[in-house]
Amino acid sequence: MEKLIEKYYRPRLPHIWCPGCGNGIVTSSIIKAIDKLGLDQDKTVIVSGIGCSSRASGYLNFDTVHSLHGRALPVATGIKLADPELNVIVITGDGDGTAIGGNHFIHTARRNINLTVILFNNNIYGMTGGQYSPLTPTDSKATTAPYGTLERAFDIAELAKAAGATYVARGTAFHANMLVDVIAKGISHDGFSLIEAVTQCPIYFGRQNKKGDASTMLKTQRDHAVTVEAAKKLSPEQLEGKFKIGVLHQSEAPEYTKQYQGIIDRAQKGAK
Amino acid sequence: MAIKTIGKHCKGCGVCVTFCPKQVLGLDALGKITIVDESKCITCKQCEMRCPDYAIFVEKK
Repeated sequence: MEKLIEKYYRPRLPHIWCPGCGNGIVTSSIIKAIDKLGLDQDKTVIVSGIGCSSRASGYLNFDTVHSLHGRALPVATGIKLADPELNVIVITGDGDGTAIGGNHFIHTARRNINLTVILFNNNIYGMTGGQYSPLTPTDSKATTAPYGTLERAFDIAELAKAAGATYVARGTAFHANMLVDVIAKGISHDGFSLIEAVTQCPIYFGRQNKKGDASTMLKTQRDHAVTVEAAKKLSPEQLEGKFKIGVLHQSEAPEYTKQYQGIIDRAQKGAK
Repeated sequence: MAIKTIGKHCKGCGVCVTFCPKQVLGLDALGKITIVDESKCITCKQCEMRCPDYAIFVEKK
């Protein structure tokens, strides 16, 4: 890992994240996946929005864009269409990706453009002080919900699948090695890939909801995550309160940049 | 094996201490990572994998 930090991180550590925040673990999983696949550092672009998770792009030694709140996907779409040879990886959070950027999210999934989105799900808006997000579970406390949230949370993996994403996976900060595998598969997949990375926010989500310290929250991830293979053998009652990890959905569909090249070719033929 | 810690990176969350199966690690008076007994280390690298702050590295020698 020390060598990977020298190679892939900018010399500006320690990072800004709170003590025990899982974002550092998820970021290192992304780096391990990039290293595993041997991606060219000059041909890899990292785009992020705004939020705790989106700070990751500033620490990584690639061509990076720290874009506007919720707008990481339109920026990434532009980069990918301008040069489809690039590996474009998007780092976003639950608030950034599913609330303010929710519309961009479903439409980028619908286009099936070859981007890899790693959505850090810490269940809260951490950077702004703990407001609830669309992925905050019902009845959780937040600074904007002192008596608990009324709304139901999105299942972002199901949403991505329904919107047309062709690769959907989930991992956790606890299952860090498995997260490397699902991210690597997502980068290799030709189409829109969503990887939900469940991570802990011990300061704003954990403290308000009495979830314990970072170690306890990591153990909670361990105890509530069930692999897709193991879930097949369990009854719906046994799966109550659990969430699935691993590759949740994979399918084939025409990829957007290739279709777009087809249009360019047809138009140029017509002009001659 | 050699354990390297970077005090500047450590924020004292204690994740490495919790997940170390052999009680090799501890926190010092300032709440930063400290090595209690390096001879017990089995190089499982749980600490290195779980440290959110890149403050501990274990190398096999």
